[in-house]
Amino acid sequence: MAVYKKTYRGYDGALTPAWSRFLVIPRFAFAQMRASRFLTMFFLGTMIFPLLAAVFIYVHHSLAAMKLLEINPSRIVAIDASFFMTFLGTQSILAYLLTAFIGPGLVSPDLANNALPLYLSRPLTRAEYVAGKLSVLFVLLSAMTWIPGLLLFALQAYLEGNGWMGNNLRIAGGLFVGAWIWILLQSLLALAVSAWVKWKPVAGALMFGVFFVASGFGAAFNMVLRTQWGSLINISHLIGTVWTWLFDQPMRRGAGAAFFRVARGDQIPPWCIWASLAALCVFCLWMLARKVRGVEVARS
Amino acid sequence: MAPVIDLDGLEVRFGERVILNRLTGSLGGRAIGLLGPNGAGKSTLINTLLGFHPPAAGTARVFGHDIRTEARQVRALIGYMPENDAFIARMSGVRFVRLMAELAGLPPEQAMERAHEAFFHVGMGEARYREIGTYSLGMKQLAKLAQAIAHGPRLLLLDEPTNGLDPPARQRMIELIREIRDRGDLHLILSSHLLKDVEECCDQVLILKQGRIAACCNLEEERRANRKFLELETRGGDGEFASGIARLGCEAAWSANGRVKLVLPEGVEVRQLYEIASRSQVQIRRLNYKRDSLEDIFLKAMESPNGGL
Repeated sequence: MAVYKKTYRGYDGALTPAWSRFLVIPRFAFAQMRASRFLTMFFLGTMIFPLLAAVFIYVHHSLAAMKLLEINPSRIVAIDASFFMTFLGTQSILAYLLTAFIGPGLVSPDLANNALPLYLSRPLTRAEYVAGKLSVLFVLLSAMTWIPGLLLFALQAYLEGNGWMGNNLRIAGGLFVGAWIWILLQSLLALAVSAWVKWKPVAGALMFGVFFVASGFGAAFNMVLRTQWGSLINISHLIGTVWTWLFDQPMRRGAGAAFFRVARGDQIPPWCIWASLAALCVFCLWMLARKVRGVEVARS
Repeated sequence: MAPVIDLDGLEVRFGERVILNRLTGSLGGRAIGLLGPNGAGKSTLINTLLGFHPPAAGTARVFGHDIRTEARQVRALIGYMPENDAFIARMSGVRFVRLMAELAGLPPEQAMERAHEAFFHVGMGEARYREIGTYSLGMKQLAKLAQAIAHGPRLLLLDEPTNGLDPPARQRMIELIREIRDRGDLHLILSSHLLKDVEECCDQVLILKQGRIAACCNLEEERRANRKFLELETRGGDGEFASGIARLGCEAAWSANGRVKLVLPEGVEVRQLYEIASRSQVQIRRLNYKRDSLEDIFLKAMESPNGGL
């Protein structure tokens, strides 16, 4: 029907599958993000380090290139678990910056403009709404972390040959699982903060606050009580410990080591670390469940 | 055919407070008015039908679908226009309506086409590319209506649709609602504290008072019944008119100055009174239907201590 025919009519055509409807949310969100030049430039900027890493891997396997660049082959950094941890750490910091920028704009405007009743009056559950919002971050952060990480791993395996991939599968697993843990945690954190703080700049600042204040508080707790249990609220420590376990390597160098550091001689049992991460995720989900509702009810 | 809404002992509590108290009844009108004073539970009933509040006891069914167990199917049938401002920031009007239609399950191409149509239908075709945040209050109300109808729902829930509108905008909104109702494709529930809005748009009315059903009546039947009670003011004649209407079987009560109240029996039309008056040389100066208006119905429901008429 042409738009000039101004009568109402029902709809009895085909419908999209119910399971796929939550994907409408990220599709519209990405279209809106593309309109932001800053975000586009930042996202493209995050691809610089993976490109440099790819060039480095290539040079590492090319004597001609090393000769041309006057690099001593015996002094070049090894491409091992530590290399990929550094890569993951650096990309994860950039991912966190992007999350702090995008995350607060995902839920808080819907709350501020009372859009939730509109979303939830559709055949869309609260869980699907949250899944839709989370998938915005999942896609972007995956494109910055484990996807280029695994591509680099594949490039290294191809150039190295001789069963390198089989011997280093733990690195691939570490990249994939380690990145997903970080993505899940920061995405839930961003959405939870966004759901409770309606003002976007404050929500963005709070994202950093949660990370650094918790780290500072944990460190102070450790110093005052001469214990290590304060590290359980230190997010960078938790992630660093998990990555160390996943890669079976200590954090040695690079920006990742500065951000996701693990104190020497740390004796906190691994299950406590995992339990802390799980508790943090559950707490974020609880915060979201409290706020993501069709209507808010004052109970008395 | 399943009724539009079937209330089956529906009870909703907020903590210890009972907001909807064992509502039972069946609503089947094309346009159902939901009336009641503030705090009567009108919005809570709408929100419960949408699945925003879980029932503490009982249930309700929308076109036969239970709101407890088939919430998704229920919401697929509904278009909802909330009472307060509700929109998505930094989005043009047509994009907003398209997003809502896609979330309701329409494929992207269909959603886009129907979003444009909906905007033209509500009379905002020229403003559809503007950001919703820049709309006036009246335009936002129309945009909310557009998103509620874009996916072609079977039931339209309108929560105070004329809130904050100036008289011309209110009239436009009422006309739109009537137009949608008269298309016959959907049923609508209009929640309002403005009796006039409900009277102009609805054929059935549910009146809530303190979370209970105070009255549920079919306005069309009321109107038809009201047509049988007449008040006449006559001039002239010599009693032939009185005997003429008595022969028709009308019960009549005469008072001074030629005034008469009468009840028309089944099958007797007002036209026949004019014919008798003409034959009897009587002038009918005034003829009023004794009208039990919605206001009368509402006030009676409010005055009754336990609700009910």
